[in-house]
Amino acid sequence: MEDKHPYPGATHVLIHTDGTTREVRVTGIETPYPHGKLIVSRTDTRGIITQCNPSFVDMSGYTADELIGQPHYILRHPDMPAAAFQGLWSAVQAGRQWNGYVKNLRKDGGHYWVYATVVPNIRDGRIVGYTSVRREASRDRVTAAEAQYREMR
Amino acid sequence: MSFNFTVSPSFPNERISDWYIFNTWMQRQLGLPIHLELYDDFGAQRQAIAAGRVDMIHANPFDASLLVREKGFRAIARPEGSPDEMVVVVAADNLARSVPELPAGIRLACTDDPCVNTLGRILLEPANLDAGNTRELRRETYIQVTKALLRGDADAGFLPVEAFNGLSPLVRRDLRVLVTSQIQVIHHVFLVGPALLPHAEAITRLLLSMHQTEKERAILTALGASRWQALEQEDVEFMIDILSTLTS
Repeated sequence: MEDKHPYPGATHVLIHTDGTTREVRVTGIETPYPHGKLIVSRTDTRGIITQCNPSFVDMSGYTADELIGQPHYILRHPDMPAAAFQGLWSAVQAGRQWNGYVKNLRKDGGHYWVYATVVPNIRDGRIVGYTSVRREASRDRVTAAEAQYREMR
Repeated sequence: MSFNFTVSPSFPNERISDWYIFNTWMQRQLGLPIHLELYDDFGAQRQAIAAGRVDMIHANPFDASLLVREKGFRAIARPEGSPDEMVVVVAADNLARSVPELPAGIRLACTDDPCVNTLGRILLEPANLDAGNTRELRRETYIQVTKALLRGDADAGFLPVEAFNGLSPLVRRDLRVLVTSQIQVIHHVFLVGPALLPHAEAITRLLLSMHQTEKERAILTALGASRWQALEQEDVEFMIDILSTLTS
């Protein structure tokens, strides 16, 4: 993914790891994480969303119909460095769990921070997809992650 | 030979007799000798599982994971209705109005319920609270957790929503819920072990039709359920995948 956004409110072009590009709008408005909730989704091995819970739908700003069948990077925020997602993919494709702080992009251009864990779904010794569970992160950890990602971009 | 049935000790004490009624009904319907053994705590139940003394169980999601992945149990049904949720509570006179206001060093009252404790720990993460900067006070029952809060022996406590709602209005008035989990996707499940697998289809059929007569519906209602819902193996595998993300 390439970061080309100079300021909030502008449109930005994301170049994804699969070579596709997408223009997104960023408002800089943060939606607070809903206390007590878990955001759960599932993808196939290519990262296409196959299942998600109501919290996922609510926070994303999309409808469930708009999400199912789309690549998970529909939520990718331009502030997230590509290296973070490369680390995620290399871990889960190797059958390992991945954890990290993620700034997700909403349909309306706003964002929300999560602490994400992704696990491979292993059935009969084979990876058949991935499950991602996001939970509320402390403000301290979000501030630290923001600084780290700024350095990495 | 008798088969052993048990129930995760997270249910309210007043339902003990209802589980015996359920077991008697199930034995008669299946024509199988089934002994119900209820354990006082999770540790005693886990020892029984490890010793192979459990053939059928209504298990909390965490024990279900172990039983499916390591003990060859098969999940066949789950009670329809609310998923397993929990609350973080404090005494009403506590200054904290939300989890991030809880300071390091607090004393946490909880039972040994692995599901409630894991979810509770996750709900404390926004306050940067973990095992290293809190002190856990283990109690045997949820009533004792509540008492620890009301007496000032603990600063915060973990309770299942069902246990909190079961408290008297007077007691609830003296407590404040800081946060309620809304996980939505994890549930208790009904599992059969290897010795009962030849009867799994018959047990499944029996449970799934249980709500169809008034008498049997009354047994279900007493256990806090409206009906049993069928479970596919993949439903349980998905729940286990989710749980694995919560324990890392």
